[in-house]
Amino acid sequence: MSYMIGLKCRECGRAYPKEVIFVCEYCFGSIEVDYDYDAIRRVLTKEAIARRPESLWRYRELLPIEGDPAVGLSSGFTPFFRSERLAERLGVEELYIKDDSVSHPTLSFKDRVVSIALTRAKEFGFDTVACASTGNLANSVAALSARAGFHRYIFIPSDLEMGKIIGSLIYRPTLVAVEGTYDDVNRLCAEIGSKYPWAFVNINIRPYYAEGSKTYGYEVLEQLGWRAPQHIVVPCAGGSLITKINKAIKEFKLLGLIDPDAHVKLYASQATGCAPIVNTIKERSDIVKPVKPNTIAKSLAIGNPADGYYATKTALESGGWGESVSDEEIIDAMRLLAETEGVFTETAGGVTLAVAKKLIEQGVIPRDESIVVCITGNGLKTQEPLLSRLGKPVRIKPTLASFESTLGEQLAGVPTKRRA
Amino acid sequence: MAVTVRIPTPLQRLTNGQGEVQCTGSTVNDLLADLEKRHPGVKERICDESGKLRRFVNVFVNEEDIRFLQGDQTAVKDGDEVSIIPAIAGGMA
Repeated sequence: MSYMIGLKCRECGRAYPKEVIFVCEYCFGSIEVDYDYDAIRRVLTKEAIARRPESLWRYRELLPIEGDPAVGLSSGFTPFFRSERLAERLGVEELYIKDDSVSHPTLSFKDRVVSIALTRAKEFGFDTVACASTGNLANSVAALSARAGFHRYIFIPSDLEMGKIIGSLIYRPTLVAVEGTYDDVNRLCAEIGSKYPWAFVNINIRPYYAEGSKTYGYEVLEQLGWRAPQHIVVPCAGGSLITKINKAIKEFKLLGLIDPDAHVKLYASQATGCAPIVNTIKERSDIVKPVKPNTIAKSLAIGNPADGYYATKTALESGGWGESVSDEEIIDAMRLLAETEGVFTETAGGVTLAVAKKLIEQGVIPRDESIVVCITGNGLKTQEPLLSRLGKPVRIKPTLASFESTLGEQLAGVPTKRRA
Repeated sequence: MAVTVRIPTPLQRLTNGQGEVQCTGSTVNDLLADLEKRHPGVKERICDESGKLRRFVNVFVNEEDIRFLQGDQTAVKDGDEVSIIPAIAGGMA
């Protein structure tokens, strides 16, 4: 049973059938999925959701598929926890981490969108899937489509981190490294996509794909005990995630799953070396000027964000804001999250935490209100910028004497017997 | 010789299904005017009432976004390639 009515243009409202359409033929506006919320309200209760398996498919009435879920059955429902040590370091009372660095199967939130996109691609009868990616999407499409049995063409910028290249190649897709930025890859893929009959997950089946990001938002709301936090800090690349978290909140309010009067402020996080969305927010403008990216946060290095306009609007209309941070601040935040909460996130997660920290220090986010920091990827994939910054392990000979003489001072005063 | 203009799928109905057409002009603006002459109806789809390119349309001259060049006044010459691409195509997170 599907609750998807059809598609509709977000700009001019023109309705379309639920086919492979990604842009309004008349005004080029983006296309969104429309649902029968009255029917959903009758079946989707907190109790019904809570009884289901812990995966992103527990919200399936709100996801754009016709039949049964076919891909990513173990994806989603990642850890969400209250931070104590990090909250203390930041000087805030109520801080939570939503941790997609351990998403199944490829350690980033892209497993969510790809699960939906590939299920839908199967329904449409595609035999080949493709994507333009800064790395995480590439990994997820490569892995999930291997298991789903698709032919795969995956396009990435040629300068990606080794972890993201290996993390695609292992699944044996055709991996195409394009000499250029993500924006070049993306433009090329739009052209390839209009020539070859493939499902480009983030292009021609984008309206379905993008809906997968809502599950990140649903989970935050459910895991917080069916309530909304006051502040959510979100990483922005193309700008879709922040808009979909906002949509998730709106839908849960509409369905009576959370307090309809809850007010959530959303904050956009970018690296200073690629901050087209944050720049637009700070100018309170509605024209997103593209930039040429230069940052270690490669997964966020999109200079011409497809949903930049909507991301800006979402942040500003929620009463939130945007901020950007330097490469040094990114690294410091990656280390801070690891040493306080035991979570090793990628550079993008460093961006988000560093921005949260900055907004708290600026007084933009109050210290006594509830805050969620969105961690969306895993640090094992972006090790290069850390190589020269973490120091080295202490090297010793395999003897007790070598251990004690090398660690000398550090061991001074350390008890040698466990207390009874 | 002329300028090759790549037409996005949603507009190919107006170009008899062709993904590429030839046009002439010395700037992007001229080129769009010529495109409209050859394939009536295209311009109102990619430009708003005031004649400016719509928010959700990106134009590239030889792979470079015209917003990094001189916008719709960007010069074009014979042999150049111009792509019209929906802004929504791609980008995520």
